[in-house]
Amino acid sequence: MSETQSNYNYKVVRQFAVMTVIWGIVGMTVGVFIAAQLVWPDMTHGISFLSYGRLRPLHTNAVIFAFGGCALFATSYWCVQRTCHARLFSAPLAAFTFWGWQAVIVLAAVTLPLGMTQGKEYAELEWPIDILITLVWVSYAIVFFGTIAKRTVSHIYVANWFFGGFILAVALLHLVNSCAIPVSLVPFKSYSCFAGSQDAMIQWWYGHNAVGFFLTAGFLGMMYYFVPKQAGRPVYSYRLSVVHFWALIFTYMWAGPHHLHYTALPDWTQSVGMIFSLILLAPSWGGMINGIMTLQGAWHKLRDDPILKFLITSLSFYGMSTFEGPMMAIKTVNALSHYTDWTVGHVHSGALGWVAMVSIGSIYYLLPKLFGKQEMHSVKLITVHFWVATIGVVLYISSMWIAGVMQGLMWRAVNADGTLTYSFVEAVKGSYPFWTIRFVGGLLFLSGMFIMAYNMFKTMAGGNTADAPVLAAAGHHA
Amino acid sequence: MESLYLLIPLSVVLVFLIGVAFWWSVRSGQFDDMEGPAYRILMDDDQPRAEIVAPQHEISENRKIDD
Repeated sequence: MSETQSNYNYKVVRQFAVMTVIWGIVGMTVGVFIAAQLVWPDMTHGISFLSYGRLRPLHTNAVIFAFGGCALFATSYWCVQRTCHARLFSAPLAAFTFWGWQAVIVLAAVTLPLGMTQGKEYAELEWPIDILITLVWVSYAIVFFGTIAKRTVSHIYVANWFFGGFILAVALLHLVNSCAIPVSLVPFKSYSCFAGSQDAMIQWWYGHNAVGFFLTAGFLGMMYYFVPKQAGRPVYSYRLSVVHFWALIFTYMWAGPHHLHYTALPDWTQSVGMIFSLILLAPSWGGMINGIMTLQGAWHKLRDDPILKFLITSLSFYGMSTFEGPMMAIKTVNALSHYTDWTVGHVHSGALGWVAMVSIGSIYYLLPKLFGKQEMHSVKLITVHFWVATIGVVLYISSMWIAGVMQGLMWRAVNADGTLTYSFVEAVKGSYPFWTIRFVGGLLFLSGMFIMAYNMFKTMAGGNTADAPVLAAAGHHA
Repeated sequence: MESLYLLIPLSVVLVFLIGVAFWWSVRSGQFDDMEGPAYRILMDDDQPRAEIVAPQHEISENRKIDD
């Protein structure tokens, strides 16, 4: 036991890291499948559980919570142990977060195609699964903050602040938005505690903060640990990273109403959402510049280190999408962009370009260390993965930009006599070429994940698992 | 907009709690050193030891744990 205590808990990190890659493949495969359905609408011959409406929430849940979630668990468990110089608090509870989270994912993969859904975006899972999520999340918080509490260094590294903020905010969001009255167990069915525009407000308060805390704060924690580690240099400005954290935490909560511009939501609430979204540009860009400038004086490392390529490119996409987001939140811009594929392009510039790339880079950093190797089986294949993924993202978002702006312009075009210039179906017809390009882009990104899986299994071959003793902090004086 | 009667007080409470966390962290000296922590994460001997030339018993000790 004392021997176990003197080692970091790598087992749970290993499990989550491997499942990140597996769920990445699953989630993105579903994404490519539904992208193909837009190009070939009849391809599943009306089979209910393969219909677009049921698979789309499966895709979003799988990539956000299965792929992204596993990446966050793996990296936060690694980061909190190594920077606190303490073994993870409670191995059984950590194991429960792994198996519980996998159970949530499998239940989602079964219930969503069966049509069991709360109908709330990114919160589709029905009430029994919501209860399981709550249990797993509370355990996650106990394990994470338990480790912070038993740290052997007094300073809490900035990445842990981001991870901690993400864990607490997601707990609050989940509890409020998933408030529902269950009406049946077989099949799972419940009704939301809120109704009408009240429900819409709660939903998008949740929805945008899920983007802000799950997909931003959590992954910024990842960035603030893995970019400096991979670059072998301290973050450009530690002071700025601390300012970044507090600025983001204090200002994020009220961006949600920008999802409801020109709806039944009161006008002033929409304007508040727009203003807070614009304010967010400042901390976001501060963080992006801080991450990229970490390479100051060592730009040459970018030339031959593909992991660093992933991490720095992810920051560029973070900068792009956090500029695009506030712009799209401006009401006049939103009048054009809302309900079009521009939104889809924006989401994927964040999801593929930022979230997926920073996760992929971090997991490539972790895998050799977790399996006792000096580096990945093939560094060349990481480079191939990087280029395939980057070309995929660029094809994806540029085709969606063009399609989105085209749709927006066609929908709003009116003739001199006030009638609409185009019928809706004409905009659909015009979108086909771009949906095809998007399908190709998605397919490229997915093939990159297969390259990663191959590389991972080759790195794991031999079945060695590494463990490392808990170290006393270097040069620490407190 | 009754839902705002829930969300706005919730945000106010939250901002207050974040303020408390901020106050605590400043008071407890978390931000006294704004240089060292950035370097300290790099001075963390985290390369796998298995392939470093090391006495045989050390390798086996590192391996047998946690599986």
